[in-house]
Amino acid sequence: MIWETVIGLETHVELATKTKIFCGCTTAFGGPPNTHCCPVCTGMPGTLPVLNGRVLEFAVKAGLALNCQITRYSRFDRKNYFYPDLPKAYQISQLYLPIARDGAVSISTEAGDKTIRIHELHMEEDAGKLAHDPWIDQTRADYNRCGVPLIEIVTQPDFRTADEVIAYLEKLKETLQYLGVSDCKMQEGSLRCDVNLSVRPLGGGLGTRTEMKNLNSFKAIARAIGYEAKRQIELIEGGKRVVQETRRWDENKDATYAMRSKEDAQDYRYFPEPDLPPVELTEAYLDELRQSRPELAEEKRARYRADYGLPEYDCRMITSDRSLAAFFEELTALGAPPKQGANWIMGEVLGALSQRAMEPGDMPLTAPTLARLIALVEGGTLNRNTAVKVFEAVFDTDGDVDAYVKEHGLEQVNDSGLVREACAKVLSAHPKSAADYQGGKEKAFGFLVGQVMRELKGRANPQAVNAALKELLGS
Amino acid sequence: MRITQELVDYIAGLARLELEPEEKRDMTAELERIVAYMDVLNQLDTAGVEPISHVFPVKNVLREDEVTPSQDRAELLAGSPAGDGEAFLVPKAVE
Repeated sequence: MIWETVIGLETHVELATKTKIFCGCTTAFGGPPNTHCCPVCTGMPGTLPVLNGRVLEFAVKAGLALNCQITRYSRFDRKNYFYPDLPKAYQISQLYLPIARDGAVSISTEAGDKTIRIHELHMEEDAGKLAHDPWIDQTRADYNRCGVPLIEIVTQPDFRTADEVIAYLEKLKETLQYLGVSDCKMQEGSLRCDVNLSVRPLGGGLGTRTEMKNLNSFKAIARAIGYEAKRQIELIEGGKRVVQETRRWDENKDATYAMRSKEDAQDYRYFPEPDLPPVELTEAYLDELRQSRPELAEEKRARYRADYGLPEYDCRMITSDRSLAAFFEELTALGAPPKQGANWIMGEVLGALSQRAMEPGDMPLTAPTLARLIALVEGGTLNRNTAVKVFEAVFDTDGDVDAYVKEHGLEQVNDSGLVREACAKVLSAHPKSAADYQGGKEKAFGFLVGQVMRELKGRANPQAVNAALKELLGS
Repeated sequence: MRITQELVDYIAGLARLELEPEEKRDMTAELERIVAYMDVLNQLDTAGVEPISHVFPVKNVLREDEVTPSQDRAELLAGSPAGDGEAFLVPKAVE
Protein backbone atom coordinates (compact mmCIF):
# COMPACT_ATOMS: atom_id res chain seq x y z
CA MET A 1 0.00 0.00 0.00
CA ILE A 2 1.22 3.51 -0.77
CA TRP A 3 0.72 5.86 2.15
CA GLU A 4 0.34 9.60 2.02
CA THR A 5 1.15 11.93 4.92
CA VAL A 6 -1.17 14.89 5.48
CA ILE A 7 0.11 17.77 7.58
CA GLY A 8 -1.28 21.07 8.82
CA LEU A 9 0.64 23.61 10.91
CA GLU A 10 -0.19 25.98 13.73
CA THR A 11 2.60 28.47 14.15
CA HIS A 12 2.84 30.88 17.08
CA VAL A 13 4.94 33.96 16.43
CA GLU A 14 5.90 36.49 19.10
CA LEU A 15 5.52 40.04 17.80
CA ALA A 16 8.45 42.45 18.08
CA THR A 17 6.63 45.11 20.10
CA LYS A 18 8.25 46.87 23.04
CA THR A 19 5.33 46.14 25.36
CA LYS A 20 2.86 43.38 26.06
CA ILE A 21 -0.43 43.06 24.21
CA PHE A 22 -2.71 44.50 26.92
CA CYS A 23 -0.38 46.38 29.32
CA GLY A 24 2.82 48.45 29.32
CA CYS A 25 5.15 45.75 30.74
CA THR A 26 8.27 45.10 28.66
CA THR A 27 8.45 42.10 26.32
CA ALA A 28 12.25 41.78 26.73
CA PHE A 29 13.38 38.14 26.63
CA GLY A 30 14.63 36.66 29.90
CA GLY A 31 14.93 38.87 32.96
CA PRO A 32 14.67 37.64 36.57
CA PRO A 33 11.38 35.73 37.12
CA ASN A 34 8.25 37.81 37.63
CA THR A 35 9.90 41.21 37.13
CA HIS A 36 8.00 42.03 33.89
CA CYS A 37 4.57 41.79 35.48
CA CYS A 38 1.81 44.14 36.59
CA PRO A 39 -1.74 43.87 37.89
CA VAL A 40 -3.12 43.64 34.32
CA CYS A 41 -0.97 40.76 33.06
CA THR A 42 -1.30 38.87 36.35
CA GLY A 43 -5.07 39.16 36.15
CA MET A 44 -5.79 41.14 39.31
CA PRO A 45 -9.48 41.82 39.89
CA GLY A 46 -10.59 45.27 38.80
CA THR A 47 -7.95 45.75 36.10
CA LEU A 48 -8.78 46.29 32.44
CA PRO A 49 -6.72 45.28 29.41
CA VAL A 50 -6.12 47.87 26.64
CA LEU A 51 -4.98 46.68 23.19
CA ASN A 52 -1.51 47.74 22.05
CA GLY A 53 -2.04 49.54 18.69
CA ARG A 54 1.27 48.18 17.42
CA VAL A 55 0.05 44.60 17.90
CA LEU A 56 -2.96 45.30 15.70
CA GLU A 57 -0.72 46.93 13.08
CA PHE A 58 1.76 44.01 13.04
CA ALA A 59 -1.00 41.40 12.85
CA VAL A 60 -2.66 43.19 9.91
CA LYS A 61 0.71 43.62 8.14
CA ALA A 62 1.39 39.90 8.53
CA GLY A 63 -2.12 39.07 7.28
CA LEU A 64 -1.67 41.26 4.22
CA ALA A 65 1.74 39.79 3.40
CA LEU A 66 0.26 36.27 3.63
CA ASN A 67 -2.44 37.30 1.13
CA CYS A 68 -5.26 37.02 3.68
CA GLN A 69 -8.66 38.68 3.78
CA ILE A 70 -8.50 41.18 6.65
CA THR A 71 -11.51 41.10 8.96
CA ARG A 72 -12.95 44.65 9.02
CA TYR A 73 -14.89 44.06 12.24
CA SER A 74 -12.84 41.94 14.62
CA ARG A 75 -12.94 41.23 18.33
CA PHE A 76 -11.38 39.15 21.08
CA ASP A 77 -12.70 36.06 22.82
CA ARG A 78 -12.03 34.53 26.17
CA LYS A 79 -10.65 30.98 26.20
CA ASN A 80 -11.18 29.51 29.65
CA TYR A 81 -8.93 26.82 31.01
CA PHE A 82 -7.58 25.58 34.30
CA TYR A 83 -3.81 25.57 34.11
CA PRO A 84 -1.46 27.79 36.12
CA ASP A 85 0.53 29.12 33.15
CA LEU A 86 -2.01 31.96 32.91
CA PRO A 87 -2.97 33.52 36.24
CA LYS A 88 -6.33 34.79 34.94
CA ALA A 89 -7.51 31.18 34.27
CA TYR A 90 -8.31 32.31 30.73
CA GLN A 91 -6.40 33.41 27.67
CA ILE A 92 -7.55 36.35 25.60
CA SER A 93 -7.56 35.09 22.01
CA GLN A 94 -9.70 35.32 18.88
CA LEU A 95 -12.02 32.47 17.91
CA TYR A 96 -15.08 33.85 16.13
CA LEU A 97 -13.67 36.85 14.26
CA PRO A 98 -9.91 36.37 13.74
CA ILE A 99 -8.11 39.41 12.32
CA ALA A 100 -7.25 37.63 9.04
CA ARG A 101 -8.50 34.62 7.06
CA ASP A 102 -8.12 32.71 3.79
CA GLY A 103 -4.54 33.48 2.80
CA ALA A 104 -2.03 31.70 0.59
CA VAL A 105 1.73 31.22 0.62
CA SER A 106 3.67 29.89 -2.37
CA ILE A 107 6.60 27.60 -1.65
CA SER A 108 9.26 25.88 -3.76
CA THR A 109 10.83 22.52 -3.03
CA GLU A 110 12.79 20.08 -5.16
CA ALA A 111 9.42 18.54 -6.03
CA GLY A 112 8.25 21.83 -7.56
CA ASP A 113 6.13 24.87 -6.67
CA LYS A 114 3.03 24.68 -4.51
CA THR A 115 0.54 26.92 -2.74
CA ILE A 116 -0.19 26.43 0.95
CA ARG A 117 -3.54 27.85 2.01
CA ILE A 118 -3.75 29.83 5.25
CA HIS A 119 -6.93 29.08 7.17
CA GLU A 120 -6.66 31.99 9.59
CA LEU A 121 -4.39 34.30 11.55
CA HIS A 122 -5.38 35.61 14.97
CA MET A 123 -3.98 37.69 17.83
CA GLU A 124 -3.59 36.33 21.34
CA GLU A 125 -1.54 36.62 24.50
CA ASP A 126 1.31 34.28 25.39
CA ALA A 127 1.29 32.26 28.63
CA GLY A 128 3.84 32.17 31.45
CA LYS A 129 6.56 29.58 31.97
CA LEU A 130 6.19 26.66 34.37
CA ALA A 131 9.13 24.64 35.61
CA HIS A 132 8.80 21.73 37.96
CA ASP A 133 11.20 21.68 40.89
CA PRO A 134 11.71 18.03 41.88
CA TRP A 135 13.39 18.96 45.20
CA ILE A 136 10.30 20.59 46.62
CA ASP A 137 7.85 18.75 44.30
CA GLN A 138 6.26 22.06 43.42
CA THR A 139 5.92 23.90 40.14
CA ARG A 140 7.50 27.35 39.86
CA ALA A 141 5.53 29.86 37.80
CA ASP A 142 7.25 32.78 36.04
CA TYR A 143 4.78 35.18 34.43
CA ASN A 144 7.24 37.43 32.54
CA ARG A 145 6.07 36.01 29.20
CA CYS A 146 2.43 36.26 30.20
CA GLY A 147 0.73 38.73 27.87
CA VAL A 148 3.53 38.93 25.31
CA PRO A 149 1.73 39.41 21.97
CA LEU A 150 1.45 36.46 19.61
CA ILE A 151 -0.08 35.81 16.25
CA GLU A 152 -1.13 32.25 15.56
CA ILE A 153 -1.10 31.27 11.89
CA VAL A 154 -3.11 28.17 11.02
CA THR A 155 -2.69 26.47 7.63
CA GLN A 156 -5.00 24.07 5.83
CA PRO A 157 -3.77 20.43 5.79
CA ASP A 158 -1.91 21.09 2.54
CA PHE A 159 1.55 19.67 3.30
CA ARG A 160 2.56 16.18 2.16
CA THR A 161 6.25 16.11 3.09
CA ALA A 162 8.65 17.48 5.70
CA ASP A 163 10.43 19.37 2.89
CA GLU A 164 7.25 21.33 2.19
CA VAL A 165 6.82 22.12 5.88
CA ILE A 166 10.37 23.44 6.17
CA ALA A 167 10.05 25.47 2.94
CA TYR A 168 6.87 27.06 4.30
CA LEU A 169 8.42 27.86 7.68
CA GLU A 170 11.48 29.40 6.04
CA LYS A 171 9.25 31.56 3.84
CA LEU A 172 7.12 32.55 6.83
CA LYS A 173 10.16 33.42 8.92
CA GLU A 174 11.74 35.45 6.12
CA THR A 175 8.49 37.32 5.42
CA LEU A 176 7.84 38.21 9.07
CA GLN A 177 11.45 39.27 9.60
CA TYR A 178 11.43 41.53 6.52
CA LEU A 179 8.13 43.05 7.63
CA GLY A 180 9.80 43.76 10.98
CA VAL A 181 6.89 42.21 12.89
CA SER A 182 8.93 39.46 14.58
CA ASP A 183 12.55 38.41 15.02
CA CYS A 184 11.44 34.75 14.69
CA LYS A 185 14.21 33.43 16.94
CA MET A 186 13.35 29.78 17.47
CA GLN A 187 15.92 29.39 20.24
CA GLU A 188 14.15 32.13 22.23
CA GLY A 189 10.74 30.66 21.46
CA SER A 190 9.56 33.56 19.33
CA LEU A 191 8.57 31.12 16.56
CA ARG A 192 6.94 27.91 17.77
CA CYS A 193 5.26 25.27 15.74
CA ASP A 194 2.63 22.58 16.39
CA VAL A 195 2.35 19.89 13.73
CA ASN A 196 -0.95 18.11 13.02
CA LEU A 197 -0.31 14.90 11.15
CA SER A 198 -2.32 11.97 9.81
CA VAL A 199 -1.68 9.27 7.22
CA ARG A 200 -3.99 7.77 4.60
CA PRO A 201 -3.82 5.38 1.68
CA LEU A 202 -2.87 7.56 -1.33
CA GLY A 203 -5.95 9.45 -2.47
CA GLY A 204 -8.16 8.19 0.39
CA GLY A 205 -10.14 10.11 3.01
CA LEU A 206 -8.42 11.88 5.94
CA GLY A 207 -7.12 9.64 8.73
CA THR A 208 -7.10 10.32 12.48
CA ARG A 209 -4.55 13.00 13.32
CA THR A 210 -2.22 13.59 16.23
CA GLU A 211 -0.80 16.93 17.29
CA MET A 212 2.92 17.25 18.06
CA LYS A 213 4.26 19.93 20.38
CA ASN A 214 7.68 20.95 21.70
CA LEU A 215 9.27 21.33 18.27
CA ASN A 216 11.91 24.02 18.64
CA SER A 217 14.06 23.72 15.54
CA PHE A 218 13.55 23.03 11.84
CA LYS A 219 15.62 19.87 12.29
CA ALA A 220 13.38 18.64 15.11
CA ILE A 221 10.29 19.33 13.00
CA ALA A 222 11.61 17.32 10.03
CA ARG A 223 12.61 14.38 12.26
CA ALA A 224 9.37 14.41 14.24
CA ILE A 225 7.34 14.29 11.02
CA GLY A 226 9.35 11.31 9.76
CA TYR A 227 8.99 9.48 13.07
CA GLU A 228 5.29 10.15 13.57
CA ALA A 229 4.26 9.19 10.00
CA LYS A 230 6.12 5.89 10.39
CA ARG A 231 4.54 5.24 13.80
CA GLN A 232 1.03 5.79 12.46
CA ILE A 233 1.58 3.62 9.36
CA GLU A 234 2.95 0.79 11.51
CA LEU A 235 -0.05 1.04 13.85
CA ILE A 236 -2.53 0.79 10.99
CA GLU A 237 -0.64 -1.97 9.17
CA GLY A 238 -0.54 -3.87 12.46
CA GLY A 239 -4.34 -3.73 12.61
CA LYS A 240 -4.47 -1.03 15.30
CA ARG A 241 -5.99 2.44 15.30
CA VAL A 242 -4.41 5.88 15.62
CA VAL A 243 -5.70 7.67 18.72
CA GLN A 244 -6.35 11.40 18.45
CA GLU A 245 -4.06 12.91 21.07
CA THR A 246 -1.34 15.43 21.73
CA ARG A 247 2.16 14.02 21.54
CA ARG A 248 5.39 15.54 22.74
CA TRP A 249 8.60 15.32 20.69
CA ASP A 250 11.58 14.21 22.74
CA GLU A 251 14.66 15.60 21.02
CA ASN A 252 17.06 13.38 22.98
CA LYS A 253 15.22 10.14 22.32
CA ASP A 254 14.17 10.98 18.75
CA ALA A 255 10.60 9.84 19.40
CA THR A 256 7.16 11.25 20.19
CA TYR A 257 5.30 10.43 23.40
CA ALA A 258 1.63 10.74 24.26
CA MET A 259 1.07 13.56 26.73
CA ARG A 260 -1.56 13.03 29.35
CA SER A 261 -4.58 14.39 27.55
CA LYS A 262 -6.05 17.53 29.03
CA GLU A 263 -9.36 15.68 29.27
CA ASP A 264 -10.63 17.90 32.03
CA ALA A 265 -10.03 21.05 30.04
CA GLN A 266 -11.29 20.23 26.56
CA ASP A 267 -14.23 22.58 26.78
CA TYR A 268 -12.75 26.07 26.63
CA ARG A 269 -16.16 27.75 27.03
CA TYR A 270 -15.19 30.51 24.61
CA PHE A 271 -17.21 33.70 24.79
CA PRO A 272 -16.68 37.26 23.50
CA GLU A 273 -14.20 39.12 25.73
CA PRO A 274 -16.28 41.72 27.56
CA ASP A 275 -13.26 43.77 28.72
CA LEU A 276 -12.13 44.71 25.21
CA PRO A 277 -14.24 46.68 22.75
CA PRO A 278 -14.29 45.47 19.13
CA VAL A 279 -11.85 46.65 16.48
CA GLU A 280 -13.14 48.15 13.28
CA LEU A 281 -10.66 48.79 10.49
CA THR A 282 -11.13 51.38 7.79
CA GLU A 283 -10.05 51.03 4.18
CA ALA A 284 -7.74 54.04 4.70
CA TYR A 285 -5.94 52.24 7.56
CA LEU A 286 -5.44 49.13 5.43
CA ASP A 287 -4.25 51.18 2.44
CA GLU A 288 -1.67 52.91 4.58
CA LEU A 289 -0.31 49.55 5.73
CA ARG A 290 -0.35 48.17 2.19
CA GLN A 291 1.64 51.13 0.96
CA SER A 292 4.18 51.06 3.77
CA ARG A 293 5.01 47.41 3.16
CA PRO A 294 8.76 47.01 2.66
CA GLU A 295 10.26 45.07 -0.22
CA LEU A 296 10.29 41.37 0.77
CA ALA A 297 13.25 38.99 0.36
CA GLU A 298 11.83 37.27 -2.70
CA GLU A 299 11.31 40.61 -4.45
CA LYS A 300 14.84 41.69 -3.55
CA ARG A 301 16.30 38.49 -5.00
CA ALA A 302 14.41 39.03 -8.26
CA ARG A 303 15.66 42.62 -8.42
CA TYR A 304 19.30 41.69 -7.68
CA ARG A 305 19.15 39.08 -10.45
CA ALA A 306 17.57 41.42 -12.97
CA ASP A 307 19.35 44.70 -12.16
CA TYR A 308 22.76 43.50 -11.00
CA GLY A 309 22.99 40.13 -12.74
CA LEU A 310 23.92 38.46 -9.45
CA PRO A 311 23.82 34.64 -9.35
CA GLU A 312 20.96 33.00 -7.42
CA TYR A 313 23.40 31.79 -4.75
CA ASP A 314 24.65 35.34 -4.05
CA CYS A 315 21.06 36.65 -3.93
CA ARG A 316 20.09 34.02 -1.35
CA MET A 317 23.14 34.65 0.83
CA ILE A 318 22.61 38.42 0.86
CA THR A 319 18.87 38.21 1.57
CA SER A 320 19.30 35.57 4.27
CA ASP A 321 19.14 38.45 6.73
CA ARG A 322 17.28 41.73 6.40
CA SER A 323 20.10 43.91 7.73
CA LEU A 324 22.63 42.16 5.49
CA ALA A 325 20.47 43.01 2.45
CA ALA A 326 20.21 46.62 3.66
CA PHE A 327 24.01 46.71 4.05
CA PHE A 328 24.45 45.40 0.48
CA GLU A 329 22.04 47.99 -0.91
CA GLU A 330 23.83 50.78 0.89
CA LEU A 331 27.19 49.59 -0.52
CA THR A 332 25.73 49.58 -4.01
CA ALA A 333 24.19 53.03 -3.55
CA LEU A 334 27.64 54.29 -2.49
CA GLY A 335 29.06 53.15 -5.82
CA ALA A 336 30.50 49.71 -5.03
CA PRO A 337 30.13 47.38 -8.05
CA PRO A 338 27.33 44.93 -7.02
CA LYS A 339 29.36 41.76 -7.64
CA GLN A 340 32.29 43.17 -5.63
CA GLY A 341 29.92 44.13 -2.81
CA ALA A 342 28.39 40.64 -2.89
CA ASN A 343 31.81 38.97 -2.78
CA TRP A 344 32.94 41.03 0.21
CA ILE A 345 29.69 40.26 2.04
CA MET A 346 29.73 36.52 1.34
CA GLY A 347 33.44 36.21 2.09
CA GLU A 348 34.96 38.66 4.55
CA VAL A 349 31.80 40.07 6.16
CA LEU A 350 30.07 36.74 6.89
CA GLY A 351 33.44 35.27 7.93
CA ALA A 352 34.14 38.08 10.39
CA LEU A 353 30.59 37.84 11.78
CA SER A 354 30.75 34.10 12.29
CA GLN A 355 34.20 34.36 13.94
CA ARG A 356 32.68 36.77 16.42
CA ALA A 357 29.38 34.83 16.75
CA MET A 358 27.67 38.09 15.82
CA GLU A 359 24.34 38.78 14.10
CA PRO A 360 24.50 40.95 10.95
CA GLY A 361 22.26 43.50 12.69
CA ASP A 362 24.95 44.02 15.37
CA MET A 363 27.86 44.52 12.96
CA PRO A 364 30.12 47.44 13.96
CA LEU A 365 31.45 47.97 10.41
CA THR A 366 29.28 50.39 8.40
CA ALA A 367 28.60 50.34 4.67
CA PRO A 368 30.42 53.64 3.93
CA THR A 369 33.64 52.18 5.40
CA LEU A 370 33.50 49.02 3.30
CA ALA A 371 32.43 51.05 0.24
CA ARG A 372 35.54 53.21 0.66
CA LEU A 373 37.73 50.11 0.93
CA ILE A 374 36.19 48.65 -2.23
CA ALA A 375 36.71 51.98 -4.02
CA LEU A 376 40.42 51.93 -3.09
CA VAL A 377 40.76 48.43 -4.59
CA GLU A 378 38.80 49.40 -7.70
CA GLY A 379 40.89 52.55 -8.14
CA GLY A 380 44.15 50.60 -7.83
CA THR A 381 45.32 52.18 -4.56
CA LEU A 382 45.12 48.86 -2.67
CA ASN A 383 45.55 45.33 -3.90
CA ARG A 384 42.88 42.79 -2.81
CA ASN A 385 45.13 41.00 -0.27
CA THR A 386 46.14 44.20 1.44
CA ALA A 387 42.50 45.31 1.45
CA VAL A 388 41.55 42.17 3.41
CA LYS A 389 44.14 43.11 6.04
CA VAL A 390 42.71 46.63 6.24
CA PHE A 391 39.20 45.12 6.53
CA GLU A 392 40.25 43.03 9.54
CA ALA A 393 41.86 46.06 11.14
CA VAL A 394 38.87 48.39 10.82
CA PHE A 395 36.00 45.89 11.28
CA ASP A 396 35.51 46.12 15.05
CA THR A 397 35.82 49.89 15.33
CA ASP A 398 34.50 50.94 11.93
CA GLY A 399 37.88 52.70 11.64
CA ASP A 400 38.95 55.24 9.01
CA VAL A 401 40.19 53.31 5.99
CA ASP A 402 42.18 56.16 4.42
CA ALA A 403 43.90 57.03 7.69
CA TYR A 404 44.82 53.37 8.28
CA VAL A 405 46.22 52.94 4.77
CA LYS A 406 48.25 56.12 5.06
CA GLU A 407 49.53 55.41 8.56
CA HIS A 408 50.74 51.93 7.56
CA GLY A 409 51.99 52.94 4.11
CA LEU A 410 49.85 50.36 2.32
CA GLU A 411 49.23 52.15 -0.97
CA GLN A 412 49.76 49.84 -3.86
CA VAL A 413 52.93 50.54 -5.80
CA ASN A 414 51.83 51.32 -9.34
CA ASP A 415 54.96 53.21 -10.26
CA SER A 416 56.30 51.10 -13.12
CA GLY A 417 59.84 52.40 -12.54
CA LEU A 418 59.80 51.24 -8.92
CA VAL A 419 58.33 47.87 -9.83
CA ARG A 420 60.92 47.35 -12.56
CA GLU A 421 63.72 48.31 -10.20
CA ALA A 422 62.52 45.77 -7.62
CA CYS A 423 62.22 43.08 -10.30
CA ALA A 424 65.75 43.69 -11.53
CA LYS A 425 67.05 43.50 -7.96
CA VAL A 426 65.30 40.18 -7.33
CA LEU A 427 66.54 38.69 -10.59
CA SER A 428 70.15 39.55 -9.84
CA ALA A 429 69.81 38.13 -6.34
CA HIS A 430 68.29 34.85 -7.62
CA PRO A 431 70.06 34.05 -10.91
CA LYS A 432 69.35 30.31 -10.52
CA SER A 433 65.57 30.81 -10.36
CA ALA A 434 65.75 33.12 -13.35
CA ALA A 435 67.66 30.48 -15.27
CA ASP A 436 65.25 27.75 -14.15
CA TYR A 437 62.32 29.75 -15.47
CA GLN A 438 64.05 30.44 -18.74
CA GLY A 439 64.81 26.71 -18.91
CA GLY A 440 61.08 25.95 -18.76
CA LYS A 441 60.38 25.63 -15.04
CA GLU A 442 57.10 27.60 -14.67
CA LYS A 443 57.17 27.14 -10.89
CA ALA A 444 60.22 29.36 -10.55
CA PHE A 445 58.20 32.32 -11.79
CA GLY A 446 55.84 32.15 -8.80
CA PHE A 447 58.85 32.26 -6.49
CA LEU A 448 60.21 35.34 -8.22
CA VAL A 449 56.83 37.14 -8.05
CA GLY A 450 56.73 36.35 -4.31
CA GLN A 451 60.20 37.83 -3.85
CA VAL A 452 59.25 41.03 -5.66
CA MET A 453 56.08 41.35 -3.56
CA ARG A 454 58.21 40.92 -0.47
CA GLU A 455 60.64 43.52 -1.66
CA LEU A 456 57.72 45.94 -2.10
CA LYS A 457 56.13 44.89 1.22
CA GLY A 458 53.11 43.27 -0.45
CA ARG A 459 51.91 46.53 -1.87
CA ALA A 460 52.73 45.95 -5.54
CA ASN A 461 50.10 45.62 -8.19
CA PRO A 462 50.42 41.92 -9.09
CA GLN A 463 49.71 42.50 -12.79
CA ALA A 464 52.45 45.11 -12.99
CA VAL A 465 54.94 42.71 -11.34
CA ASN A 466 54.04 39.88 -13.74
CA ALA A 467 54.47 42.12 -16.74
CA ALA A 468 57.80 43.63 -15.60
CA LEU A 469 59.32 40.24 -14.69
CA LYS A 470 58.33 38.68 -17.98
CA GLU A 471 59.79 41.56 -19.87
CA LEU A 472 63.11 41.38 -18.00
CA LEU A 473 63.26 37.61 -18.45
CA GLY A 474 62.68 38.08 -22.14
CA SER A 475 59.64 35.82 -22.28
CA MET B 1 -30.03 21.85 32.31
CA ARG B 2 -29.91 19.56 35.38
CA ILE B 3 -27.30 20.41 37.97
CA THR B 4 -26.20 17.19 39.64
CA GLN B 5 -23.92 16.63 42.60
CA GLU B 6 -21.44 15.00 40.16
CA LEU B 7 -21.33 18.15 38.02
CA VAL B 8 -20.65 20.28 41.12
CA ASP B 9 -17.81 17.89 42.10
CA TYR B 10 -16.36 18.12 38.59
CA ILE B 11 -16.43 21.93 38.44
CA ALA B 12 -15.06 22.23 41.99
CA GLY B 13 -12.21 19.89 40.98
CA LEU B 14 -11.34 22.02 37.94
CA ALA B 15 -11.35 25.18 40.02
CA ARG B 16 -9.42 23.49 42.85
CA LEU B 17 -12.16 24.29 45.34
CA GLU B 18 -12.67 22.11 48.39
CA LEU B 19 -16.30 22.03 49.41
CA GLU B 20 -17.88 20.51 52.51
CA PRO B 21 -20.80 18.11 51.90
CA GLU B 22 -23.38 20.68 53.01
CA GLU B 23 -21.74 23.36 50.85
CA LYS B 24 -22.04 21.00 47.90
CA ARG B 25 -25.72 20.46 48.64
CA ASP B 26 -26.36 24.21 48.87
CA MET B 27 -24.29 24.88 45.77
CA THR B 28 -26.20 22.31 43.76
CA ALA B 29 -29.53 23.90 44.68
CA GLU B 30 -28.26 27.44 44.03
CA LEU B 31 -26.75 26.60 40.65
CA GLU B 32 -29.98 24.80 39.73
CA ARG B 33 -31.94 28.01 40.41
CA ILE B 34 -29.44 30.20 38.51
CA VAL B 35 -29.40 27.95 35.48
CA ALA B 36 -33.18 27.68 35.56
CA TYR B 37 -33.25 31.40 34.83
CA MET B 38 -31.63 30.68 31.48
CA ASP B 39 -34.71 28.60 30.64
CA VAL B 40 -36.75 31.81 30.90
CA LEU B 41 -34.42 33.48 28.39
CA ASN B 42 -34.54 30.44 26.16
CA GLN B 43 -38.29 30.92 25.71
CA LEU B 44 -37.61 34.04 23.64
CA ASP B 45 -37.51 33.57 19.91
CA THR B 46 -34.11 34.99 18.86
CA ALA B 47 -34.03 33.57 15.35
CA GLY B 48 -32.79 36.32 13.03
CA VAL B 49 -31.49 38.49 15.87
CA GLU B 50 -27.81 39.43 15.61
CA PRO B 51 -25.91 38.30 18.75
CA ILE B 52 -24.59 41.23 20.76
CA SER B 53 -21.21 41.07 22.49
CA HIS B 54 -20.78 44.65 23.66
CA VAL B 55 -23.58 46.94 24.74
CA PHE B 56 -21.73 50.27 24.62
CA PRO B 57 -20.96 51.86 21.23
CA VAL B 58 -17.22 51.89 21.86
CA LYS B 59 -14.60 50.58 19.44
CA ASN B 60 -10.89 50.81 18.61
CA VAL B 61 -9.60 51.62 22.08
CA LEU B 62 -5.86 51.38 21.53
CA ARG B 63 -2.73 52.15 23.50
CA GLU B 64 0.72 53.41 22.40
CA ASP B 65 3.53 50.83 22.48
CA GLU B 66 5.41 52.53 25.33
CA VAL B 67 6.95 50.70 28.27
CA THR B 68 5.61 51.54 31.73
CA PRO B 69 7.24 50.31 34.95
CA SER B 70 6.26 46.81 36.08
CA GLN B 71 5.15 45.99 39.60
CA ASP B 72 7.62 45.42 42.42
CA ARG B 73 8.17 41.67 42.61
CA ALA B 74 7.96 41.35 46.39
CA GLU B 75 4.65 43.18 46.33
CA LEU B 76 3.41 40.98 43.49
CA LEU B 77 4.38 37.74 45.24
CA ALA B 78 2.94 38.90 48.57
CA GLY B 79 -0.55 38.32 47.26
CA SER B 80 -0.03 34.61 46.57
CA PRO B 81 -0.33 31.69 49.01
CA ALA B 82 3.14 30.35 48.16
CA GLY B 83 6.29 31.76 46.62
CA ASP B 84 10.06 31.46 46.98
CA GLY B 85 10.93 35.12 46.59
CA GLU B 86 11.29 34.80 42.82
CA ALA B 87 8.50 32.61 41.53
CA PHE B 88 4.97 31.64 42.47
CA LEU B 89 4.78 28.07 43.74
CA VAL B 90 1.86 25.90 42.67
CA PRO B 91 1.06 22.19 43.03
CA LYS B 92 2.76 20.00 40.43
CA ALA B 93 1.42 21.01 37.02
CA VAL B 94 4.19 19.98 34.62
CA GLU B 95 4.57 16.45 33.27
